[in-house]
Amino acid sequence: MAQDAAQGVTGRSFGRPGEVPGWVGYALLPLLNLLAALALSGLVILVIGENPLDVLALLVTEAVGYPEAIGYTLYYTTSYIFTGLAVAIAFHCGLFNIGGEGQAYLGGLGAGLVGLALTGWPWPVAALGAVALSALFGAVWAAIPGWLQAKRGSHIVITTIMFNFIAAAVMTYLLVDVLIRPGSQSPETREFDPGVWLPTMDRVLGWAGIAVPASPLNLSFLWALACCALFYLFLWRTRWGYEIRTVGRNERAAVYAGISPARNIILAMAISGALAGFVGVNEIMGVQHRILLNFTGGVGFVGIAVALMGRNHPVGIVLAALLFGVLAQGGGQVSFEYPTVNRELVMVIQGLVILFAGALENLFKPRVEALFRRRGGGHDGGTAHG
Amino acid sequence: MMGEQRMDDALLVVLLLADATIRVATPLVLAAFAALYSERAGVVDIGLEGKMLAGAFFAAAVASSTGSPWLGLGAAVAASVALALVHGFACITHKGNQVVSGMAINILVAGLAPTLAYAWFRQGGQTPLLPGEARLPQIHLPGVEALSGVPVLGPVYRELIDDASVLIWLTVLLVVATHWVFTRSRFGLRLRAVGENPSAVDTAGLSVTRLRYQAVIITGVLTGIAGAYLSTAHGAGFVRDMTAGKGYLALAALIFGKWRPWPTLFACLLFAFTDAVQVRLQGVPLPVVGVIPVQFIQMLPYVLTVLLLAGFVGRAVAPKASGVPYVKER
Amino acid sequence: MPQLPPALETRGVNKWFGANHANRDVSLAVPKGTIHGVIGENGAGKSTIMSIVYGYLPADGGTILVDGRPVAVRSPRDALAAGIGMVHQHFMLVDPFTVLENVLLGAEGGVTLAAGMARARTELIRLARDYGLEVDLDRPVGELPVGAQQRVEILKALYRGADILILDEPTGVLTPQETDHLFRILRALREQGKTVVIITHKLREIMELTDNVTVMRRGQVVANVATAHTSREELAELMVGRKVLLRVEKAPARPGAPVLEVAGLRVRDGAGVERVKGVGLTVRAGEIVGIAGVSGNGQSELLEALAGMRPLAGGSVRLRGEELANQPDRFTARGLRALGVGHVPEDRQRVGLVTSFEAQECAILGHQGDPAFNGRLLMDRRALFDRCAAEMDAYDVRPRDPRLPAANFSGGNQQKIVLAREMERNPDLLLVGQPTRGVDIGAIEFIHRRLVALRDQGKAILLVSVELDEIRALSDRILVMFDGRLVGEVAPAEADERRLGLMMAGVAEAA
Repeated sequence: MAQDAAQGVTGRSFGRPGEVPGWVGYALLPLLNLLAALALSGLVILVIGENPLDVLALLVTEAVGYPEAIGYTLYYTTSYIFTGLAVAIAFHCGLFNIGGEGQAYLGGLGAGLVGLALTGWPWPVAALGAVALSALFGAVWAAIPGWLQAKRGSHIVITTIMFNFIAAAVMTYLLVDVLIRPGSQSPETREFDPGVWLPTMDRVLGWAGIAVPASPLNLSFLWALACCALFYLFLWRTRWGYEIRTVGRNERAAVYAGISPARNIILAMAISGALAGFVGVNEIMGVQHRILLNFTGGVGFVGIAVALMGRNHPVGIVLAALLFGVLAQGGGQVSFEYPTVNRELVMVIQGLVILFAGALENLFKPRVEALFRRRGGGHDGGTAHG
Repeated sequence: MMGEQRMDDALLVVLLLADATIRVATPLVLAAFAALYSERAGVVDIGLEGKMLAGAFFAAAVASSTGSPWLGLGAAVAASVALALVHGFACITHKGNQVVSGMAINILVAGLAPTLAYAWFRQGGQTPLLPGEARLPQIHLPGVEALSGVPVLGPVYRELIDDASVLIWLTVLLVVATHWVFTRSRFGLRLRAVGENPSAVDTAGLSVTRLRYQAVIITGVLTGIAGAYLSTAHGAGFVRDMTAGKGYLALAALIFGKWRPWPTLFACLLFAFTDAVQVRLQGVPLPVVGVIPVQFIQMLPYVLTVLLLAGFVGRAVAPKASGVPYVKER
Repeated sequence: MPQLPPALETRGVNKWFGANHANRDVSLAVPKGTIHGVIGENGAGKSTIMSIVYGYLPADGGTILVDGRPVAVRSPRDALAAGIGMVHQHFMLVDPFTVLENVLLGAEGGVTLAAGMARARTELIRLARDYGLEVDLDRPVGELPVGAQQRVEILKALYRGADILILDEPTGVLTPQETDHLFRILRALREQGKTVVIITHKLREIMELTDNVTVMRRGQVVANVATAHTSREELAELMVGRKVLLRVEKAPARPGAPVLEVAGLRVRDGAGVERVKGVGLTVRAGEIVGIAGVSGNGQSELLEALAGMRPLAGGSVRLRGEELANQPDRFTARGLRALGVGHVPEDRQRVGLVTSFEAQECAILGHQGDPAFNGRLLMDRRALFDRCAAEMDAYDVRPRDPRLPAANFSGGNQQKIVLAREMERNPDLLLVGQPTRGVDIGAIEFIHRRLVALRDQGKAILLVSVELDEIRALSDRILVMFDGRLVGEVAPAEADERRLGLMMAGVAEAA
């Protein structure tokens, strides 16, 4: 009965998933997990002596209460979509890429070098160049740990973490010793030629005659949405996506099917790094217009929460990125209003979301699914046994 | 006379390096051995960093409020064990992804520690500087003066062994005790078995869940001590991100040490030595290359980790069931 | 003489796995001092009931009695305390531990190990002498042959004082000679008054060994009979619920030109150990060549190497006369598929399928680059669906739903998905490993007929199986593999079990 044993592992024997409506899996359970995370976050706010409901109300108002706030929220969302997709594609290949932070940092370097070099060029050229070079830098920075994992068996979680530290050191060196604006004390480059800046959405919409208040939200938001569509098509509608998913789900089956795990691990990591690198386009070409220290501010880690919350699917990732955009924008504003609250509170919420949406995803699942099964009348949907 | 002087200087340099190595190695050893218990029992722990950070914060916060480093140590252990239990709850009870759980704990604590520090102490996410009596004591040994005249032994005794933190001695004890537990004790036998083949443990009438929780709690205790060392023995207060990747380095040391006590100890000492050298190298001109930019020297331990994982480990065989939640076959 | 209560009895035991009723009012009684068989097809619930008796799985109702007294068995610990020991089908051993450490685990007798170890050593030497359970106490069990590993499992149970010993499919991994050795041990146990329960699907073993037999089908007990009063045919019919053919009808083979010619083939496993040590064989068009052998003697590595899944360490492989071993770019899983080699892997769940993928995605595994399913950039989902639906019709896969994840099909239907994929591409050479492992009897008949039909179309088939009956029923020529080498060839008509068994054990070579 070797068969039975294997079936226990794949979970086949626990009835068909068809018994439970699909939306339970991708809507209700994530919502429950989110609520649990928020409830605990509220507890933390209580501990530091504030009223969680007041804080929450202010947070939401400051994030979506007026047009300018929405622009800021979507600007944060943009970066989170990029890193969420980055973490997700690695997950689909069975890899945990914790290096989004470093890859985004390097991506910013690539975008920034284009910004520095293309003085006097039209912005679309600079935008294309920045997309290309940020993708390249991010991809290389992720592909090295990918290669080490595929060829040398080096634990990718640890190598990507180390690459975050190394990226930070390299960038500090470059900004302090090499790229620094001559005569400046602060470690950052000169500002780019305003002609190559990526247009903000308020400018773009202004060309179409729609007036919205100014915000950092820029064209990379549309690029992020395009990446979501491309991500979906690539992963579920092309043979390359098929191969990556096969490697992620069952490496031996991949070898059986003539699919090289090593090649796909490196490829998935490169794509992952490229996606993370696009954060540089948003931040450097769209907002900062120069390269500076620590502009990433934890986006790589938020990407983990976004991917887990969004179930590694682009639609879910957009929604989860929106949520974290609200938290980042609203949380920042809250810290101005409340002397006891600082921005790191948002990280607490991120950590709790990762815990509940990722590691504790089974917390509510059995009970909720059982509830739906019972409501379905307990009909025998079991599989025909061998 | 001149030659003797130079030899003394050289000895002093070596001793200072060795001393720095031990100081830096202590939290690494504590964290790596913490993970040794957990991972040999089959629970991967990427969350050492977070647990250490929580330990560091609570040790400093409580020591600062009460003036007692021992209460601080207790608080550090309690906080770290609580996080370890969260990890256990997610990974053992609910069979969640162990890497994701560990990462969640790291991010949670990276936010929580400064948040609480900010709210409680209003010093920009730090705790106040601890006065001497609120820090964990060093152990002063007798006979330093008497031995000071003896060549080599005298300086070694004075610089290296005397006035070491109580936690350094505890760590030495821990290493020896761990070796004994893993080779001679019933608990060690069961721990090793549950990491290799939990079904064998289950069918032998033992509880896989109970054993893994025990392992995870030990991990919590040791990472808590490691955190307390950082903020109340080595340092004098909590500053944000004060673990600076030590949790990950410890994990790398464990992998490099192939999940065995003595090689893991060696790997920790190697990392610590690199760090000690790194500090000494800053701003010092080297032959051929001249002065190396400080950032490159600072990233030495991280680069070394990557190189070690890429080069030497190769076929490191992790405990067979590590990272895999236990699901009964049927 | 007063009627003794049964050593072990279950009354009305029920067990559900989700919606699947795995045990339905299971009642059986095992008299003391007997060997009792529990027989049934895959999924009949025979392992489930014994796992419940051993406390490994909780029951959803029913009573377990030992020596006539009800016992509450909530964990293996309770079972051990009640004198029940179990040898699982997959051994519950810690590979890096020595035999002694494995026996000691859970019965250490103190916080430290030293005293318990000394005690265990004495006791084990005694048990080994009494029951013929010889095994080196200080070797890591991972280094022992499976027969010896099984003896360690029996020692574990006896050291804990088991009076009732349950063995789940104990002979699946043994040579016929090792099986004989095991049976001698079990009979010795019976003579000492112990009670033995053996779970198996092999009728021959039931007839040879047991005193009584319980037949299970679809979770229920369908018969309790004394072995002396029944026959193989009757038991088979009880198991399946209808008359079954125990043989495959086939005409003599008419072999044509050689399709596969292998010479001096060497293959190493992942750890660098040579597992195939110079194998030479030929498979012609229109014949089935079977490779018999105890699992772990290199057959798996041989099959995977010929399918391009493992690099060759040396030797020659010719396909339709063309040398491929020196063309590493074509001698790959992908390249060989393109050259008309089909491969049904030994382990469909871990190799042949991605169980979380939809059936239609699994139906192109290995053929994902085929232009039939691909546009310039995107895959053609329609073509995928139609292809899978057609294959499901042809192979009677149920449920006929190409969008259902592969994990939701039963073992037999999963195997049909794999077979359809590999056979419907009309391969010149089909490599088949364990085609009916974990498959119900109905599907076994279907699969065997398909393989023979493919042969009759003039295709070459290389079959690897550890089921001797299957090898003998299907093969036109039988090769025996032992320790990485082919030790002989036998015609099926001359392949009696004893002769094959000796060759499989490396004892005798064919002339």
